[in-house]
Amino acid sequence: MKKPASNGQTLFNLISYTFLTLLSIVCLAPFIMLISGSFTDEEAIAYYGYSLWPQKFSIAAYRMLFRFPRDIIRSYGVSVFVTVSGTLLGLFIISMTAYVIGRKDVKYRNKISFYFYFVTLFNGGLVATYIAMVRYYNLKNSYIALILPLLMNAFYLIVMRSFLSSLPVSLAESAKMDGAGNFAIYSKIILPLSKPALATVGLFIALDYWNDWYNAMLFISTPEKYPLQYVLYSMLSTAEALSRISAQSRIPIQGQPRESIKLAMACIATGPIILLYPFVQKFFIRGITIGAVKG
Amino acid sequence: MRWHCKKSGFLHEIKKNRVLYLMAVPGMLVTFLMSYIPMSGIILAFKNYRYDMGIFGSPWAANFGFDNFRFFFISGSGFRVSVNTILYNLLNTAVSQVLSITVALLLCEMKKKWFKRVSQSVIFLPYFISWTIVGAFVYNMFDSRKGWFNHMLTALGGEPVDMYLIPWVWVIVICFFNAWKWVGYGSVIYIAAIMGIDVECYEAANLDGASVTQKIRYITLPGIKNTIVIILLLNLGRILRGDFQMFYQIIGNNGQLFRMTDVIDTFVFRSLINSADLSMTAAAAFYQSFFCFIIIVTVNSLIKRFEPDYALF
Repeated sequence: MKKPASNGQTLFNLISYTFLTLLSIVCLAPFIMLISGSFTDEEAIAYYGYSLWPQKFSIAAYRMLFRFPRDIIRSYGVSVFVTVSGTLLGLFIISMTAYVIGRKDVKYRNKISFYFYFVTLFNGGLVATYIAMVRYYNLKNSYIALILPLLMNAFYLIVMRSFLSSLPVSLAESAKMDGAGNFAIYSKIILPLSKPALATVGLFIALDYWNDWYNAMLFISTPEKYPLQYVLYSMLSTAEALSRISAQSRIPIQGQPRESIKLAMACIATGPIILLYPFVQKFFIRGITIGAVKG
Repeated sequence: MRWHCKKSGFLHEIKKNRVLYLMAVPGMLVTFLMSYIPMSGIILAFKNYRYDMGIFGSPWAANFGFDNFRFFFISGSGFRVSVNTILYNLLNTAVSQVLSITVALLLCEMKKKWFKRVSQSVIFLPYFISWTIVGAFVYNMFDSRKGWFNHMLTALGGEPVDMYLIPWVWVIVICFFNAWKWVGYGSVIYIAAIMGIDVECYEAANLDGASVTQKIRYITLPGIKNTIVIILLLNLGRILRGDFQMFYQIIGNNGQLFRMTDVIDTFVFRSLINSADLSMTAAAAFYQSFFCFIIIVTVNSLIKRFEPDYALF
């Protein structure tokens, strides 16, 4: 049965569409400006500044970045390596821990959960962490310094545990009857059944690693080991990083797109995320929903 | 060896489930290295750190070890960065939560499926973008010579302004990008809460001829009150913490802006990088962690007494 819309409903719809459309535009505008800026001719930027639409179209910035892209490819490599290894290791550790604290027959499971939860309430602070990482673990300029800090996360642990608790207990019990050990139950029965959970939590972890520049800033000082996000940051903030790229490009200084190249670099660093976004979005929504309900 | 096998004993439990406990070890080890060992560095806040003597060898600070805290506040920075941190958190929480709730309400009432899907995707997108990219946005928009903002101003016949000389503008910029980044994420949480409301309530309201606004006011908002309270509590527990990545990418090292944009986290970071007084920096970090902890535990125990359903732990 369809009722004619009342006046209140029409007004509500009008406000609703206007508000959401405006908000969507505001969310997208910075990206459009970024992309348009990266395709703007260098002289046009010097003369007019950046604008919503390129005053004069040019692909010089991308050409320069891809001409001798040693730094870019290497930093892509660093980012991919750190993201893949960190995600796999993190998933392994988090799923295993989540399985243990989800088992009802583990007597100290609540104490172990609290052990992980407590660090979200209280921590030693940046200085102490820095001194521990650099002086005691000796991880300055090590890839481990990029992986270790993001490996464990109480929120993901909660999400993972509530995923696992939705699996039927009888599965583990019947496997136990057949003489399977606890690790075998986890790796042969629980893991294959929790692929959606692994995908969700894995994507969260991967996003953390891909977007991380903070740990690189703290612990990495050799440019060869910079991840992509940090190369971008150093290009935006120091002239030195830009000079490295421009020296590699062997284009005379006058002809170099020194401004638009920063924005082109930002586009290159975000590109993979924007491309993957439509496919991975639903996993994130599910993860946040579970975390919100249980956390 | 009889005493070993007491049924409820610690050793018995460990032995019985040894594989399970072993499986928890890697995660506990990582947390131990990254969080518990640095906690021992708190002691630094009560010492005069000397690089050659290490954390534990350094001598104690004056005034029963509290000299570093005194210095943090006397130097003037302590008070300023604390007030800034608290005010930013209040402003950011208010703006981003109101927007998140509004978006969630509107999206849930939205009849057109494609519009709902597209707008939700677009609003959620910024959550995936790193703060470095936001740094690029800020350069793109506000650079004093080439920025889009000044380009617009002059096009409209105005005079270009150097935003880096006007601190209050950055309060708005920070609030804007914080909301930009988190509104999508927040609305997902509230949409989940709205989905949890019993559909029968709405059906009954429809039969009674309730309008959209009445349904929102009397069913949806009361239905998500729980979630709102919990989110606000979580934010209250972080009231002395600033989002370092956001502040650092937007403000960077622009000294002129610090008066209105410096928060505890950026202050601590700068002191660490400049190798200024490390003990004082540790004192600042400890003060921050300590008060956050006190606040969240106090609030939680108060809630437990009056409204046990809302308690966090």
